[in-house]
Amino acid sequence: MAVLNMVQAVNRTLRDEMRRNGNMIVMGEDVGRDGGVFRATEGLLDEFGSERVLDTPLSEDGIVGMAIGMALYGLQPVAEIQFMDFIYPAFNQIVSELAKLRYRSGGQYPARVVIRTPYGGGVKGGHYHSQSTEAYFIHTPGLTVVTPSSPYDTKGLLLSAMRSPDPVMFLEPKRLYRTVKEEVPEGEYLIPIGKAKVIQEGADVTLISWGPMVQTCKEALPLAAKENLSVELIDLRSLMPFDIETLIESVKKTGRAVIAHEATKIAGFGAEISAQISERAVDSLKAPIIRVAGYDTPFPYALESTYLPSPERILRALRKASSY
Amino acid sequence: MEMLQVVRADGEYDSKLEPNLRAEDLTKMYRYMLLVRRFNERMLLLQRQGRIGFFIESTGEEATQIGSAFALNRSDWVYESYRDPGVCLFRGVPLKAMVDQLMANADDLGKGRQMGVHWGYKDWNLVSLSSPVGCRLSQAVGTAYAAKFKKDNIVCMTSFGDGATSQGEFHSAMNFAGVFKVPVIFLCQNNQYAISLPVRRQTASQNIAVKAEAYGFEGVLVDGNDILAVYKATKAAVDKARSGGGPTLIEAVTYRMGGHSSSDDPTKYRSSEEVELWKARDPITRFRTYLTKKGMLTEQADRNLQEEVENEIVSTIRESEKVPPPASLSMFTDVYAEMPWHIKEEADELMREKS
Repeated sequence: MAVLNMVQAVNRTLRDEMRRNGNMIVMGEDVGRDGGVFRATEGLLDEFGSERVLDTPLSEDGIVGMAIGMALYGLQPVAEIQFMDFIYPAFNQIVSELAKLRYRSGGQYPARVVIRTPYGGGVKGGHYHSQSTEAYFIHTPGLTVVTPSSPYDTKGLLLSAMRSPDPVMFLEPKRLYRTVKEEVPEGEYLIPIGKAKVIQEGADVTLISWGPMVQTCKEALPLAAKENLSVELIDLRSLMPFDIETLIESVKKTGRAVIAHEATKIAGFGAEISAQISERAVDSLKAPIIRVAGYDTPFPYALESTYLPSPERILRALRKASSY
Repeated sequence: MEMLQVVRADGEYDSKLEPNLRAEDLTKMYRYMLLVRRFNERMLLLQRQGRIGFFIESTGEEATQIGSAFALNRSDWVYESYRDPGVCLFRGVPLKAMVDQLMANADDLGKGRQMGVHWGYKDWNLVSLSSPVGCRLSQAVGTAYAAKFKKDNIVCMTSFGDGATSQGEFHSAMNFAGVFKVPVIFLCQNNQYAISLPVRRQTASQNIAVKAEAYGFEGVLVDGNDILAVYKATKAAVDKARSGGGPTLIEAVTYRMGGHSSSDDPTKYRSSEEVELWKARDPITRFRTYLTKKGMLTEQADRNLQEEVENEIVSTIRESEKVPPPASLSMFTDVYAEMPWHIKEEADELMREKS
């Protein structure tokens, strides 16, 4: 079993699936000769050739539009958008076209496209290389949205995304690309979309997170343990659809919920999780549901480390929830 | 840039330019032009009577629709525009499927999910329409790429209006098509207006066809009210695409005789003199004169055809109006391949409320 980081896990998984599926295409800016700016597609051009690994002109709407047209004809494109912050020229293609084709055609034209895109801060990239805007896409009926927080999950979720009959936004937490390493099995395994992972079981507070913030939550766990707080940490992994059963089961046990995400707070996905918990488990709640999130400002460059939720901020939220 | 024209507005024609078509094909084309014209008139009337919600006319643009459709094979793909009912009908979509779409009834292949004129018929390789213009062009490029990748001998045509050429996505698609040299035909139906705005406010370029040059492929200007010219230009582009020669941009110069849609009043922004000028260039009158001159159409045969299409439309309307609206629960399907839990909950809730 190889020890891989997240970029390597993406790379190997794309490679393995391209070997298995001759209709799979990888496309995007700099994905071929350059192997992608994060090297996620390195080596694919050499192995599969330029008809299957497409260096496209610099145009996000062109990339997604073309991927849709390919998918309708039976290819299975995996498109890379270099940074999630650059995705907006393709917003119409994703939201009005890709997401809605199955529905508005009465089921005649499902569009099977995976869009991979790195997101999140912590790489000193400023506003245009750091944002977490998953909520836009979760808010769009028709899209599946997933985000791994480890190399192991990256492989299993990416495989599921590529085999999904629906369009999938595969959000890759870029600051974890090379910082987290673990053993990833060589053989094929699928992590079902819609299933959360309980990373640590606990009795006092449920801590819910996803993507890059899962790592920060993990760093908060020993701090909480020192204060005798027993925390149950859940990595959602799938944001749409999300695993309501695991969430509710946990909150019914602990009676407290803290949600941690990097995205801005107002109308962030944490708000939806909070609403779902209060609608379904209000009788079990011993404290208000607390959100730890990015501040409601544009993403700052110099003050990035202050902006991003830290283990200490998460600890303060856990303490606060437990104080009721 | 010279504009291709085979038959003049008065029905005179240049025999050197005439395409070599069989009489039965020419009369079939004429019949479909009549069908589209009558379809437009009838459907607009239904909208005025409140029997359908919305309609977009394509009167005056019949030659562009039928001429281009005739140049394609059954297996080719089309990303049509909302002003392309003729393309759908000519490719074989039953009239009832079109009327069902406008009525958004339970038989509509789109399951009544889109407002009228958003055609989409998988069995005829007609991709379901979007309202935002321009976004389908890069999709057509993708389909053409996929066909080429699979070594299928098919081409992909996408048609759009002059307004769509102002979108950034027009540029993206033209650019991608040139770079990847895919078998795609961009057919711009320049009908002079994007809702209220004349084409001179969409572009300062001398015409639209010339824009192709900047993307490294051929642009062709054609009289969009001359069905033989449209056919000839499209056929040449299709043949070129099929033989690996890459994309073509065709600008068919035509005129939108009616309003933008059933919600529009064109007298607000254009003169009746202008409309009269284009009436004299009517594509159906012109083709009728041509066919008569060629001895392929008699007055009696013409009357019979008109009666035939009229009856077909009237009886189809009657059939479609018998079809009930879609069932409430159909709202919840096809969002995803399988219904996720949250949509299932909402569907159950609606069922409880209704029972």
